[in-house]
Amino acid sequence: MSLLQVESLSKEFGGVHAVEDLTFTVEPGHIHSIIGPNGAGKTTLFNLITGVYTPSAGRVLFQDRMVSGMKPYELAAMGMSRTFQNLQIFFNMKAIENVMVGNHLQLNRSFLPSFLRLPGVVKGDRACVETCVELMEFVGLGKYLDADAASMPYGALKRLEVARALAAKPKILLLDEPAAGLNATESREIDEVIKRVAASGITVVLVEHDMKMVMGISDHITALDYGRKLAEGTPAEVRANPDVIKAYLGAHA
Amino acid sequence: MNMMTPRTGGLALLAVIITVAPIGFTNTYFYDVAVNAMFNAILCIGLNLLIGYAGQISLGHAGFLALGAYGSAIMTTAYGVPPIAAMLISATVVGLIAFVVGRPILKLKGHYLAMATLGIGIIIHIVLKTESKITGGPDGMSLDNFSMLGFTIMGDKMWYWVAGVLLILSAWLALNLIDSPVGRALRAVHGSEVGAEVVGVDTSSYKVLVFVVSAVFASLVGSLFAHKNGFITPDIGSFFGSVHLVTMVVLGGMASVFGSVIGAVILTLLPQVLAAVEQYEAMILGGIMMGTMIFMPKGLLPSILASLKRREAGR
Repeated sequence: MSLLQVESLSKEFGGVHAVEDLTFTVEPGHIHSIIGPNGAGKTTLFNLITGVYTPSAGRVLFQDRMVSGMKPYELAAMGMSRTFQNLQIFFNMKAIENVMVGNHLQLNRSFLPSFLRLPGVVKGDRACVETCVELMEFVGLGKYLDADAASMPYGALKRLEVARALAAKPKILLLDEPAAGLNATESREIDEVIKRVAASGITVVLVEHDMKMVMGISDHITALDYGRKLAEGTPAEVRANPDVIKAYLGAHA
Repeated sequence: MNMMTPRTGGLALLAVIITVAPIGFTNTYFYDVAVNAMFNAILCIGLNLLIGYAGQISLGHAGFLALGAYGSAIMTTAYGVPPIAAMLISATVVGLIAFVVGRPILKLKGHYLAMATLGIGIIIHIVLKTESKITGGPDGMSLDNFSMLGFTIMGDKMWYWVAGVLLILSAWLALNLIDSPVGRALRAVHGSEVGAEVVGVDTSSYKVLVFVVSAVFASLVGSLFAHKNGFITPDIGSFFGSVHLVTMVVLGGMASVFGSVIGAVILTLLPQVLAAVEQYEAMILGGIMMGTMIFMPKGLLPSILASLKRREAGR
């Protein structure tokens, strides 16, 4: 059974169709990439899937449950987590605290125990720190364990978002341009991280412009243009599709 | 755990200062000012949870302070409710009011939220001023000492020790909260609401929660202040009162528990210190504020700590 089903999804912004009548499914365990030129509607699609936007029409099913209209935090509780193209880091906190917020749903969140610092909360936080240290090391941020988020370089912050999303223990992880703005080395590192995430059993949906990365790690690709589906299939199929070549790589190809 | 962490080192230092300070108090007037400073500090610790940590502004918290004060005054004088019960009932009602108004207005951000909270403060102030049958109107109300279980808090000296213990308790509770799952969620709301939402933080509920907590802090302080002073007027809930509170938080340092204490102490003492040059008081106050905003926008304590850290790193 598909983990995520997008059915005839549309989103309109003042007459402009950012996403139009889009249908596709994401299979569990896959790395599923969404590609398309700038303005094709990829980030809008992510915002629709994760509950940041409400669709104008159509619906999204996650684990066979209709989730359109649900809030992002409700989806997070169901096992959906994401990162952002433009960073949404908590710059007022330490790096590890960013990851610990990701662990929010796994912790005792009642007010009074926190206010009185009851032993259960202290114990929970101690375990949470351990988990988050592991996650930071997993994404290659071992040397930033004591850092303030505000003092970290861009490439590290990209990975910090991945660690925070993983701390939420997702079944599906949506990565919005994780390699954007990274140099070749950093890009290869994040590529490795994504492969390791997928290998740990988490389904990955990836929006990315780095074609080398997309073709190299994807199991399945959906290509968009002007909010509509242009093509889909394995990397080899999509690469050979004339529409994709025309829209994405230029009309002369 | 390190002795210099805010939890242990800061709380210990605060306790020492509170214990030692009376050595320099030559008459009861010193105690009176010190109690007011500590009451303001407690209120600002609560307000800083909202403003500094969760990143939500309120220009109406003097209103909640006044509601606590009047709740205690009305219940104890007109209905003979014991002071402790009156204080707790007032705080519960204020918490409920904050919950009811907080849900819609905390959807607003920045200037819009500032305007809405300003409105709350003004409404409370006007109601207290005009409902003179219950509140005594602009003339104010007087009320009795705070007594509980046959024990009465009387005189500035006794109030000093009560306020001191409550201040340490408040600082401890606030520090607990900040460094807990709830506190991290609050700070995450400040950092990025959408970033917090996608990992499972129900940001609207947390904003309402911290608004209620800060309003309850204000209400409790209001009740205590009313009993200690023995007399209150609606002007404790004025717009200027709210601005004064926010100024204490900002001056001392946003997102700093001990910064709130410092801000509250400085702005409570300043009028006393400047009494000799009374005609210039407002100007000096304004100058200090402008200087803080320009030269240390993060507030006194965070700026000082940051420069100490830099010096240490430079060695």
